[in-house]
Amino acid sequence: MSNDRADEVAAPDGAAATRSGARRGALSPNVQQSLVTLASSIGAVLLAFAICGVLLAITGKDPINAYTKMIETGFTKLKFYEMIDRATPLVISAVAVAIGFKMNLFNIGVEGQYKIATLFAAVIGAEVNLPKVIHLPFVLLVAVATGAGWAWIAAFLKVKRGVNEVISTIMLNYVALALMDYLFNEFWRDKSKTDLNVKTKPLPTSAWMPDIVAGRVSGFAIVALLVAFVYWIVVFKSRFGYRLRASGENAVAARTSGISSRRMIVIAMLMSGGIAGLVGMQSVTGEIHAYGLGIPDNLGFNGIAVALLGRNHPLGIIAAAMLFGFLDSTGAALQLEKVPSSVIAVIQAILVLTVVIVNQVVKKRMDRRTAQRSLEAVQTVGAAA
Amino acid sequence: MSVQAVPLAVELTGIEKRFPGVIANHDVDLRVRAGTIHAIVGENGAGKSTLMKTLYGMHQPEAGTIRVNGAEQHFKSPSDAIAVGIGMVHQHFMLADNLSVLENVILGLEPTVGGGRIDFGGARRRIEELATATGTTLDLDAPVSELGVGARQRVEIIKVLFRGARILILDEPTAVLVPQEVEELFENLGRLIADGATIIFISHKLDEVLAHADDITVIRQGTTVAEVKPADVDRAALGELMVGSELPSPEGRESPIADDVRLRVRNITVGKPGQRNVVEDVSFDIRSGEIVGIAGVEGNGQFELCEAILGQTEMLTGTIEVEGRDVTSEPTRTRRDCGLGYVPFDRHREALLLNMPLWENTLLGREDEAELARGPLVDTRSARADCVEIIDRFSVLTPGESVPAFALSGGNQQKLVVGRELSDRPRVLIAAHPTRGVDIGAQAAIWSEIRHARDAGLAVLLVSADLEELIGLSDTLKVMFDGRITATLDPANVTPAMLGSYMTGAVQEAS
Repeated sequence: MSNDRADEVAAPDGAAATRSGARRGALSPNVQQSLVTLASSIGAVLLAFAICGVLLAITGKDPINAYTKMIETGFTKLKFYEMIDRATPLVISAVAVAIGFKMNLFNIGVEGQYKIATLFAAVIGAEVNLPKVIHLPFVLLVAVATGAGWAWIAAFLKVKRGVNEVISTIMLNYVALALMDYLFNEFWRDKSKTDLNVKTKPLPTSAWMPDIVAGRVSGFAIVALLVAFVYWIVVFKSRFGYRLRASGENAVAARTSGISSRRMIVIAMLMSGGIAGLVGMQSVTGEIHAYGLGIPDNLGFNGIAVALLGRNHPLGIIAAAMLFGFLDSTGAALQLEKVPSSVIAVIQAILVLTVVIVNQVVKKRMDRRTAQRSLEAVQTVGAAA
Repeated sequence: MSVQAVPLAVELTGIEKRFPGVIANHDVDLRVRAGTIHAIVGENGAGKSTLMKTLYGMHQPEAGTIRVNGAEQHFKSPSDAIAVGIGMVHQHFMLADNLSVLENVILGLEPTVGGGRIDFGGARRRIEELATATGTTLDLDAPVSELGVGARQRVEIIKVLFRGARILILDEPTAVLVPQEVEELFENLGRLIADGATIIFISHKLDEVLAHADDITVIRQGTTVAEVKPADVDRAALGELMVGSELPSPEGRESPIADDVRLRVRNITVGKPGQRNVVEDVSFDIRSGEIVGIAGVEGNGQFELCEAILGQTEMLTGTIEVEGRDVTSEPTRTRRDCGLGYVPFDRHREALLLNMPLWENTLLGREDEAELARGPLVDTRSARADCVEIIDRFSVLTPGESVPAFALSGGNQQKLVVGRELSDRPRVLIAAHPTRGVDIGAQAAIWSEIRHARDAGLAVLLVSADLEELIGLSDTLKVMFDGRITATLDPANVTPAMLGSYMTGAVQEAS
């Protein structure tokens, strides 16, 4: 009897030892995988530059010269500030897109959501008088609410009527622009000014975002980092985020486990739209201090590219946004070399393509290796037992 | 074998087809005489479709030879099979709804006149000839979306004939048809035979097989077990051939079934307005420590019944109680929290997050449990520890809890799913095909876990197509046919013939 007991105790111990040994082996592939991802991303970026170099050479420009100039100008202090300034809204926009991606929703409407948010936040923000500590957060809150509200339309259509969110968000982008045009020109344009620089009523200074580096880097850089951090916690660490990712990975399995897919769609869309509402606020509260000319275009679409490039991971998104910011900031230097600055857009587009393709290829190989390894590990464990 | 003037239309010898972890076909011999209707019967999962896919070149067998009209063939793809005159009409039609009948028939094989223009006139004449030969009338210009099921099937058949097929494979052609359409189909097929074609059709409806086939080949558990003529067998004998003559005897159990009802289901009806109900007025009780098995050919409402109990599908009528608590209008999660576990039909589709690590898979559906959560966050450490516990307890072979679920073999994936569903000590478990596609070792492990849990008081609803599993585990056996429970049997004295005839709907007892 006592012998039997001893055996019973010994067996699980032995099993645990083999297993934890195997697990040590499994952990290092995880780290390895991150390294491979990093390496493959860098490789893809270099590949993209090489392809663009060929394109430049074909069009009769000297690629070496162009890239040298980009690097020379890009690595100055002022350009560094500009890079951060340009990267900031892209981080926010990419996070908005990535929340959707994690749930298998393709929110192409970030573009419309952030634009309509800039208008409402500027107009409502200018109408109230609040102490500084409250006024700026209030304006941002209005932006978040507007963005979320606009995204809600797409969520509602999807959940209630089964309308694909890709279609509805694209269409809503146009609706947003038309609606904004109408509201701005009919009601909210500041008619006290007669110059060509049309704006809404300016925001009082209590609603201005302070700069980190005066005139160069907006305090929004911190907001963007905060957004990325919160995104990481909420999507990758929280129970809610787990449900979101599970629904994105396998909607049927998630539903079978009792996760309400409709509710997840609505919440994910509201979150995505809410974050999207912040995308244009650097311009509204930090630069123009109103809604008007100078609100940048295409941040929503570029956010899609940045999210793809950063593989929906917060660190990846920040790195990708910096890369885009860097490229944007060097466009002027290229023009001095008689290289059209639209080359920057070409590089960005090719970047996204190469990174997505290279990552896909690498992931497939890694998956096959993981499967192979777990099979081998199991066989060794089996043999040991 | 007598001397034959005409070689066999199709002769398969020693066919073996394996999928990872499963042998779908082995030692299959099939001899189809030219100009006959040859039926292939067998239960779901017996390997009929796999065999037909082999014959149609959709995959290659590991062993065995295929002869068509006497000549040995090695099909690399369906186009090779088509080239020697084999055509297949799939169970699920493959037609483009928005195109006309004519366009659908020629799709992929458009006859052209000079300059790449489609020769619609020529195609029309040819199709009309084929339609006349089979005795069907079709409006060639009608869009397929306007056609009924029977007409669509005729389009599929003509499509196959248009490609020059002389040997037609029909995969459960009557499954979707109403009785008149079935008669019409066999009339058409008769004309084709008279015209020199050969028909192979898969079915598990014994009546029509006996009425219309010239020869019948029976497949059981992946291999051909008999070739008979309809004149020589009756339905009971054929049913027995299909199901097998020896049934396992139920295992003795140690604990008695208790009196308290864990799952009470009353008058469940599931269906869409204007369509046949897929589940019709199903009621039963499962008590603590009892396993109720549902036998039946797949697609007779078992899936919808499970979905209804879990709260995944709307019911037209019915109530569901778990341990006396009415959960009829509760969402799935609440039902699970009440102690309902579910091992679903298809683990990849309904149970696993294939690209996520094992510990996130065992967390699914349990992420709100206090011991696995830390406030609004997932407690990663305890979730991992919990997963390791499940891995240990259910001997899931894996290098660790961090590997993604896709890296595991089917049997280990299934053990993980069963482990997850049993780990919270559920009060009721719905287990749908809990050992489908897993190796024998994993099967035994899963069975013993279910028995253990039952001895500890778990109430189990076991849906399965595996008779060994059903009879070996169940305390009560119910047969589901056409959405209804048509029989309640005692697994101790059930005979293959009985099961065969109940499952095919030949006999129905009021339950």
